[in-house]
Amino acid sequence: MTALLNTVSEVRRLRRRTSSSPQAALLGAAGVVGFLVLWELVSRLGLVDSRFVPPASDVLVRFGQYVVDRAFWRDVGDTMLSWSLGLLIAVVAATVLGFLIGSSRFLERLTHSTIEFLRPVPSVALIPLAVLLFGVKIQAGLLLIVYAAFWQVLLQVIYGAKDVDPVADATARSYGLSRFQRIRYVMWPTALPYLMTGIRLAAAVALILAITAELIIGTPGLGKQIAETREGGAITSMYALILATGLIGVAINLVVRFFERRTLRWHTSVRMEVAG
Amino acid sequence: MKFLKAAFFLLALPVVLVLLWWVSTMVNPTFFVPSPGELVGTFFDTWFGERFTNDLLPSLGRLSLGIIGSVVVGVGLGLLIGSFRPLRQLLEPLLEFFRAIPPPVLLPLLMIVMGVNWRMQVFVIIFGSLWPVLLNTVEGVRATDEVQRDTARSYGLGRMARLRYLILPAAAPQILTGVRQSLSIALILMVISELFYTSSGLGFTIVQFQRNFAIPEMWSGILLLGLIGLALAVLFRYVERYILRWYHGLREVQRES
Repeated sequence: MTALLNTVSEVRRLRRRTSSSPQAALLGAAGVVGFLVLWELVSRLGLVDSRFVPPASDVLVRFGQYVVDRAFWRDVGDTMLSWSLGLLIAVVAATVLGFLIGSSRFLERLTHSTIEFLRPVPSVALIPLAVLLFGVKIQAGLLLIVYAAFWQVLLQVIYGAKDVDPVADATARSYGLSRFQRIRYVMWPTALPYLMTGIRLAAAVALILAITAELIIGTPGLGKQIAETREGGAITSMYALILATGLIGVAINLVVRFFERRTLRWHTSVRMEVAG
Repeated sequence: MKFLKAAFFLLALPVVLVLLWWVSTMVNPTFFVPSPGELVGTFFDTWFGERFTNDLLPSLGRLSLGIIGSVVVGVGLGLLIGSFRPLRQLLEPLLEFFRAIPPPVLLPLLMIVMGVNWRMQVFVIIFGSLWPVLLNTVEGVRATDEVQRDTARSYGLGRMARLRYLILPAAAPQILTGVRQSLSIALILMVISELFYTSSGLGFTIVQFQRNFAIPEMWSGILLLGLIGLALAVLFRYVERYILRWYHGLREVQRES
């Protein structure tokens, strides 16, 4: 009975989602436009101090100027370089270690307390250390990014590797698959959705830390530019740069989600979504 | 025997790591890394004196205010937005955008707009760590089982009663996932909101140590921040277990059947 009810509500949910999606897109666009108009009005009418909140149109014009400015793209490039390098190092290291730890009950219990102790250490606590070791070089930012992103991925991969269906594993064993083959054909597909979740979380955290490092330590990139607009009091430029960081964040989310869907096309959770 | 085994797994690796660290600092002392003994001594000397009340407590106070604020605002707004579908569709792209802004970039802006004071520091923590709670609440409310919702309605439960007995509990697992993400962002923002133009707080003190090359003190600050992060994680786990005690039980029953 409950199973039936669940199915009914599932079908309803899917139907609702499909029937309302053009309307949702329209409303969403209206929300964005409405927000911009409201922002423009409160600033133009003097409801808020326009020194602190310049009108939306000014900010968008400034943003447009940035888009055709080569120096801006160099900053974006610097930020994205440290973001992608840091994320890559963290993902590779965490995946290898995660499989190693997750595939052995002994190792998992042995490392549990250490991981639980190190994981909550906020990576910004390492800022002084990074400055001391690397100054304003890109490695300082990388240290923070890798530290923050590493744990997100590691935990997910360990969960994933642990989640292997014991029957599937026993079957693979009795068919004489070697340890490597079992990792490739049993453990890897099980852990892949977890790994993707880890990468999605890590990608967002890595961007936060990349920008933070630039903002505070002064490694080159968008964050450093924002710090400089503050010193120069160029508040419209600051809004435009904040807008740019938000758009980069949205783009990263979209790309990672697309990538996640493609990689997990065969997986039931994605197949269900497509069917709906 | 069982207890010994548990203790072994808990302590073996940390003990080995600390020993390695100790030996390497004894064999090859460097300026950058203090020995474990030195660090522990410095830790107590540095933080359990005047700095406890001048730096540590105000920082923790702002952190708690920020966390409470972001949970209250996030759950409140999330319930509101999640309950009305047109409102949700209207705001969804905007909210996704605000969530995608790396929160630390708001700091330079707020420093100009609000000046540097504790209200600004709390505000930046709330504004930055609000989004995971808000969006997860919206998602949790949206995913409330429709049959249960219809049942509650046809049994004549009022709006408040539905909120209290159906929607909040149904969304609680999602909300708490959001809160967990918020906690780490809040801690990051607490530290970096203290880095500019202030004269107190943990972030300020630790960077001050680094600038003066007070290396063991700097490490003791890193250790302290780590312990705060750990304490938050442990505290959160207890709160989560308590709030979701029905949920974990349900999951166990479902898994067995």
